[in-house]
Amino acid sequence: MSLERFISQAVSSWMSADGPDSDIVLSSRIRLARNLSEFTFPTVFKNEEAKQVSETIEERLNNEAFSDKSQLEFLKMDDIQPLQKRVLVEKHLISPHLAENSTHGACLLSENEEFSIMVNEEDHIRIQCLFPGLQLSEALKAANKIDNWLEEQVNYAFDEQYGYLTSCPTNVGTGMRASVMMHLPGLVLTQQMNRIVPAINQLGLVVRGTYGEGSEALGNIFQISNQITLGKSESDIVEDLNSVVSQIIAQERSAREALVKTSNIQLEDRVYRSYGVLANSRVIETKEAAKCLSDVRLGIDMGYIKNISKTILSELMTLTQPGFLQQYAGGPLRPNERDVRRAALIRERIQMETQNELGG
Amino acid sequence: MICQECNERPAALHFTNYTNGEKTEMHLCERCAQEKGELFMMNQGDGFSINNLLAGLLNIEPAFPKTKQSTFHQEEVIQCHECSMTFPQFVKIGRFGCANCYETFKEHLSPIIRRLHSGNAKHNGKIPKRIGGNLHLRKKIEELKLNLKDLISQEEFEQAAEMRDQIRSLEKELTDYQGGGN
Repeated sequence: MSLERFISQAVSSWMSADGPDSDIVLSSRIRLARNLSEFTFPTVFKNEEAKQVSETIEERLNNEAFSDKSQLEFLKMDDIQPLQKRVLVEKHLISPHLAENSTHGACLLSENEEFSIMVNEEDHIRIQCLFPGLQLSEALKAANKIDNWLEEQVNYAFDEQYGYLTSCPTNVGTGMRASVMMHLPGLVLTQQMNRIVPAINQLGLVVRGTYGEGSEALGNIFQISNQITLGKSESDIVEDLNSVVSQIIAQERSAREALVKTSNIQLEDRVYRSYGVLANSRVIETKEAAKCLSDVRLGIDMGYIKNISKTILSELMTLTQPGFLQQYAGGPLRPNERDVRRAALIRERIQMETQNELGG
Repeated sequence: MICQECNERPAALHFTNYTNGEKTEMHLCERCAQEKGELFMMNQGDGFSINNLLAGLLNIEPAFPKTKQSTFHQEEVIQCHECSMTFPQFVKIGRFGCANCYETFKEHLSPIIRRLHSGNAKHNGKIPKRIGGNLHLRKKIEELKLNLKDLISQEEFEQAAEMRDQIRSLEKELTDYQGGGN
């Protein structure tokens, strides 16, 4: 398969499309947890019951079209290859838990992969909407639409006091987790994250890096989400998150400006060194690739690099994960083979850009 | 620093979790972190720290000594009749077995839920249309009554009168609904 075709199949709409503030906010996600009232939760249910849940949902949803435009695909975890599952996980369309530990787990995917519905994850139903840039309200609207459509077909477990009942008490109430993925190289380089993370935590929000917390985030990408799901309305939660995110965006922008003012040439040097590594290396590990991709993306945002599209960061962060690399290679790869493949894929991808530039 | 899981290798991954200002730290070596599974590598869902720390959090509840002292039964354990999950089981795994567990464990639940949700113990968000029944109406009336109070305190009497009429018509709708619902 050619790289171009592979990418066009692999890239979800949130990775390629442009959204508001997408120089800093890579994506916005809303997740709603729901359960059916007539079945026990996936925590304890037996095989037979799990099957019934999956069949009930498949049946009801097949009879009822969600919208004329969007075709939905129902994927049973037991029917698809481990590698395919891994790819879905790496695209953030399903969770690792659904891929590996669910009983009769399944997922419904929309054609453009803007939303997915996981069945028999930690809860019977998890609706997930992913939008490019800072579009939490839009994602909430889309998730609500799906939620309303589902509610017409199935009986939700709902309680007047506790709201939507979930298997984990940390999700009860709205069952909603709103999160944004932010690229914050400016704040990391100016060493402000250690100060900002505790402040965000005090506001009832959680900050995570791809690999953990604080300054150790892979590719300077941080995920910020709400901690509390009970006692606040969905729109209040989204508004609170939005206002904190806007402040972080402002801080990141001023950190970038300060960097240009104080160490312009050093920053440019850093960007171009990383570009050189990506364009030329023959073996590259995840961590180094992530660091360089972050630098190059910063370079594009700051105007140092002009001939590369800015979707390269989210695109290659996704495509250079082990599952994708193996799918592209067409078979399993050992870790050191992956590093070679990763380097090759990144080189090819960058060449694609420069060729497009010449051709256009 | 030594890995707190194997106590052998040096810790390479450092996790810090802040919940409402409380700090919890974890230090693991790369191998142990990997054994802990993909949760460390993927930033999906609720992540590793919350769910694992949850069981510890629930355990603090002194709900048990009371029932244990019962003289009639050797050990009286609350058990959900729908899914047979017991309260100790719930505390151990940090998850409910079914929707009915919320009712079964109700007495012990409120402090746990409050602790998890910054003191909140009542849902204030979306209500499903079909199952929520007249809850929508009642919520709406509650909301309008609050508005009415505001308007009166601001001496906006004309608008307040309109608001009052609106509340009355909704209340009528509610009694109609209840009348028709039996």
